[in-house]
Amino acid sequence: MSEVTNEIEAVENPPTPQHLPRAADLDPRAEKRAEQQVALLFTLSGVGSLMLIIAYVFIPLNAFIFIPVMGKQNTQQLTLGLGMAFSLFFLGMGAVLWAKKLMPETEVVNQRHEFRSSPQDREDFVKTVKDGIAGVKLGRRTLIKRSLGFSLGLFALPPILLLRDLGPLPKKQLETTNWKAGVRLVSDPDNRPILARDLQVGAVVQTLPEIPAGTERLLSDIAKDPVLLIRLRPEDFQLTPAKLAMTHDGIIAFSKICSHMGCAVALYEQQTKHLLCPCHQSTFDVTRGAKVIFGPAARPLPQLDITIDDQGYLIARAPFNQPVGPSFWERNSQ
Amino acid sequence: MTTVEKSIGNVANFVDERLGAAGWMKKSLNKVFPDHWSFMLGEVCMYSFVILLLSGTFLTLWYDPSQRDVIYDGVYAPLKGLKMSASYASTLNISFEVRGGLLMRQIHHWAANIFMAAIVAHLLRVFFTGAFRKPREFNWILGILLLTLGFVEGLFGYSLPDDLLSGTGLRITSSIIQAIPLVGTYISFFFFGGAFPGVGFIPRIFTLHILLIPGIFLAAITAHVMLVWYQKHTQFPGPGRTEKNVVGHPILPVYMAKAGGFFFIVFGVIAFLSAVASINPIWLYGPYTPGQVSAGSQPDWYMGWLDGLVRMAPPLETHAFGHTISWNILIPALIVPGIIFTGMALYPFIESWITGDKREHHLLDRPRNVPNRTALGVMSITFVLIALINGGNDILATNFHMSINSIMWSTRISIFILPPLAFIITKRLCLSLQRADRELVLHGKETGRLVRMTSGEFVEVHEPISAEKRWILTSHEQPAALELPAIDSHGVRRPGVIKNRIRLRLSRAHAVAVPKATAQELKEIENH
Amino acid sequence: MKFLSRNRRHRAVAPLLLGIALLGIGTTFNIASASMKTPSSTFARSAAVEEGRQIFLKGCSSCHGINSEGGAIAPALIGVGAAAVDFQVGTGRMPMANSSAQAMRKKPVYGPEATAALAAYIASLAPGPGVPTDAVLNYERDGSAAKGGELFRNNCAMCHNFAGQGGALTQGKYAPTLMGVAPKYIYEALVTGPQSMPVFSDKTITPEQKLSLIKWISSVQNEKNLGGATMGRNGPVTEGLLAWVLGIGMLIAIAVWLTTKAR
Repeated sequence: MSEVTNEIEAVENPPTPQHLPRAADLDPRAEKRAEQQVALLFTLSGVGSLMLIIAYVFIPLNAFIFIPVMGKQNTQQLTLGLGMAFSLFFLGMGAVLWAKKLMPETEVVNQRHEFRSSPQDREDFVKTVKDGIAGVKLGRRTLIKRSLGFSLGLFALPPILLLRDLGPLPKKQLETTNWKAGVRLVSDPDNRPILARDLQVGAVVQTLPEIPAGTERLLSDIAKDPVLLIRLRPEDFQLTPAKLAMTHDGIIAFSKICSHMGCAVALYEQQTKHLLCPCHQSTFDVTRGAKVIFGPAARPLPQLDITIDDQGYLIARAPFNQPVGPSFWERNSQ
Repeated sequence: MTTVEKSIGNVANFVDERLGAAGWMKKSLNKVFPDHWSFMLGEVCMYSFVILLLSGTFLTLWYDPSQRDVIYDGVYAPLKGLKMSASYASTLNISFEVRGGLLMRQIHHWAANIFMAAIVAHLLRVFFTGAFRKPREFNWILGILLLTLGFVEGLFGYSLPDDLLSGTGLRITSSIIQAIPLVGTYISFFFFGGAFPGVGFIPRIFTLHILLIPGIFLAAITAHVMLVWYQKHTQFPGPGRTEKNVVGHPILPVYMAKAGGFFFIVFGVIAFLSAVASINPIWLYGPYTPGQVSAGSQPDWYMGWLDGLVRMAPPLETHAFGHTISWNILIPALIVPGIIFTGMALYPFIESWITGDKREHHLLDRPRNVPNRTALGVMSITFVLIALINGGNDILATNFHMSINSIMWSTRISIFILPPLAFIITKRLCLSLQRADRELVLHGKETGRLVRMTSGEFVEVHEPISAEKRWILTSHEQPAALELPAIDSHGVRRPGVIKNRIRLRLSRAHAVAVPKATAQELKEIENH
Repeated sequence: MKFLSRNRRHRAVAPLLLGIALLGIGTTFNIASASMKTPSSTFARSAAVEEGRQIFLKGCSSCHGINSEGGAIAPALIGVGAAAVDFQVGTGRMPMANSSAQAMRKKPVYGPEATAALAAYIASLAPGPGVPTDAVLNYERDGSAAKGGELFRNNCAMCHNFAGQGGALTQGKYAPTLMGVAPKYIYEALVTGPQSMPVFSDKTITPEQKLSLIKWISSVQNEKNLGGATMGRNGPVTEGLLAWVLGIGMLIAIAVWLTTKAR
């Protein structure tokens, strides 16, 4: 151990200070007063409990009371809570005050012991362990040793295997959505098909793929299918010809599921034509095919190829050409 | 002997004849606990955990952990007739139709927030005072484990109501899991029981939230407290206090009354908060569906810094060989916290490696006397705070009319600049405080009284400080830096040249100090 | 007025009042300078349209162009309809006085008659959405709060927050709070898409759905405090702050008291 102290020159450690008597130790009147204070706190606690009982039994759920600063409060919630708070808080305060003012509170000194065991104990322990292990004679029993290794090696596998049925294998579920060629875009949540001519410049519509009447949507479908329709003036687009071909008369469709962490990206700023994700502030430029212009997202939002059917309703012309939503290991992003 | 004493005696006799507990109990009841307000922070943690168990049990009596679709038909009109999960509907039912249910929900949630806050405050106290040093490293690691468990437990609790905010949190969790290379997609599918949001996660996280994790919590907290009990509490330096003793109040009656009373006070404060302040009004968020989101979707405060890191991450992804690696998620959400938590867990060992100090320590450090450690702590706090601020950047922007883009950019830059700056400033501040301590010991307190000397000059009268104070200000050790010459005392070349150089550097930085006042210097001044 | 008196102690009041004062001064200056310009031509129109045109030429044309054709800093107003004018001028957003990131809601510069005249003038330029009448706005009768809530969470919550308290957009722009906004203005904002807000025409969100939205917003606004003070309905950020400041703060204060020796 290196020499790390400078004890020789240290200032002297004074003794533990004497216990100074408190007012209640000396003056019977102070003692009486302290007693009364403690009793008052305990009484207040009891009053709190009573308040809780009364509130529970007599105050209806839909009564309200005006409290300055806070506004109209639910009376039952407030009185139940305050009753409970008083009942607990003052009980605690009473006990602490009792201890502080009236209980004997002389400080005492305990000695510490070093945690290291005595050399004898340590030696004995090592010997016991060694003797025990020697008795097993593992070194000589090679057959047992090898078969035990085999057994233990496999032992850990069944518990992991047993968890296999927690869920299905991913297969292509992250790569695919329910968008197919010819599927109509319908508004969320009321499932109305959308006429292209009904969309004004500056309009957005939250849409989902049409499903047969009477069927229910799975939440896991709503987690990947939502599409945001936005109408711009066609001259606002700065898209590659391929991406421009995927729009219809100024209407462009993006996956609403953020390419970063899957939140619903739908804060569309009509003037700047930017889309903002409220979770982590990734910002996408709609005119440039939802290119990321700010924030942590690394990929543009996938664009859906849309057109209209013979009745003028918007339909998908093809499925998404890439997986929607957040990245995952198997995703081919090249 | 009164009848009461007699009957207590009978019970004690009954127990002792079977368990032989008297000897052990006698020893335990004589245990001494030093008094300091900061020693109560750990108690706040333990008590809020008990409150969480009590209020949580109450909630399970009505909560229905199921993702089954139901049509809401409760008393809250603005949600009537909507399709939602049974778990959300039952949480609404607890809030509006069970008397005291909303109060209990709020107690549970406030207690969780305070639990985590108290853990952090307790951890900072232990860190800054050096209470983690030998022999308490195990307890430090247990504490880090409890903190980590707290994050997970809190996240699951936040997810159980299955409202829009819960779901948004889970969506982000699922993305983090998915981002893990190789196995992420599979883990996510197994955890959620399919593609997000899956069909099985509510019952699963319910079991984890109310059984498995609280069980581990209970075991770890018991071990944590038993170790404190066995190793005896640390104490601040003071008159009569040494490394060999512990000065304080015995368990009976003062400590018992105070600690017991404090449980009710903590419960009372949390109940008061729950009575007057609304927390997580799930009825306003609406049921979760993945196509919706609210502006200002935030996690609870203890996850806020992670969210802030995720927000400020650069848009980095690697696309190669048909695979995608999302650095923009992996770095802020897994790698950085992984490094921070591992570093925290290993810190006691790192520090003792730097100082070469392998002795037991029961007297606490005053933070100023260990400038390097204190500066490191303040640096870490600065880092987390900047991340936390960015985690709430949209709320700050809305309430103080700022731009999220400028908040984001300033936190992106300051997360690299401010923590090192905080380190330097704190270290200097510590050294200045040490200098002030030295002045105080040698020259006493300034009294503000001026006295005219016979020579005509004015001198301020300095009052000497008490012997107790003098001891507190000088009792600490000032270890010298390690010396690791390339050739050791046996004339043998020391292995690990680079490792030794690093260790030497760190050791020198750690040993920087203003020499404390010594008895000799004091004597010289007195004789002067 | 109720909104004003309720929020008079809001922390944003002082900067807001200052802002309004500055904008007021700016507006006066702007109107004064605009009045220097003379109208180029006159048409025979109804009295209201003519009155509106006069106001427009004085107060609006310097930015929006003498024929409402738009300018470098302000959009064209042809075809925006009476609803847009009623919203922008009626909520005090226009005239804007100086070009900041976004026009704020403030005390209207023009009274109801002047606003109506301006609206009539702009509506006369080209057809556009009109101002909804009180008969149309009977949301209490025709709306459903539950359906409105669902629509709100689908179309509005991402910008205006789950409880309509407003939220941040990019570069300092923001979605304003919907609390205390008259139903008429919510309706008009939906159909006209002011500033950053997209357009939600009657074809994409039907009039009945709009009334449901308004009914839900008003039910949230009038909702009494069910679980205690709402703290701005900002979500977990304020909750965390309160847990530290009030929760840990109070407990530390008590711990200090608990561990000091009694005298």
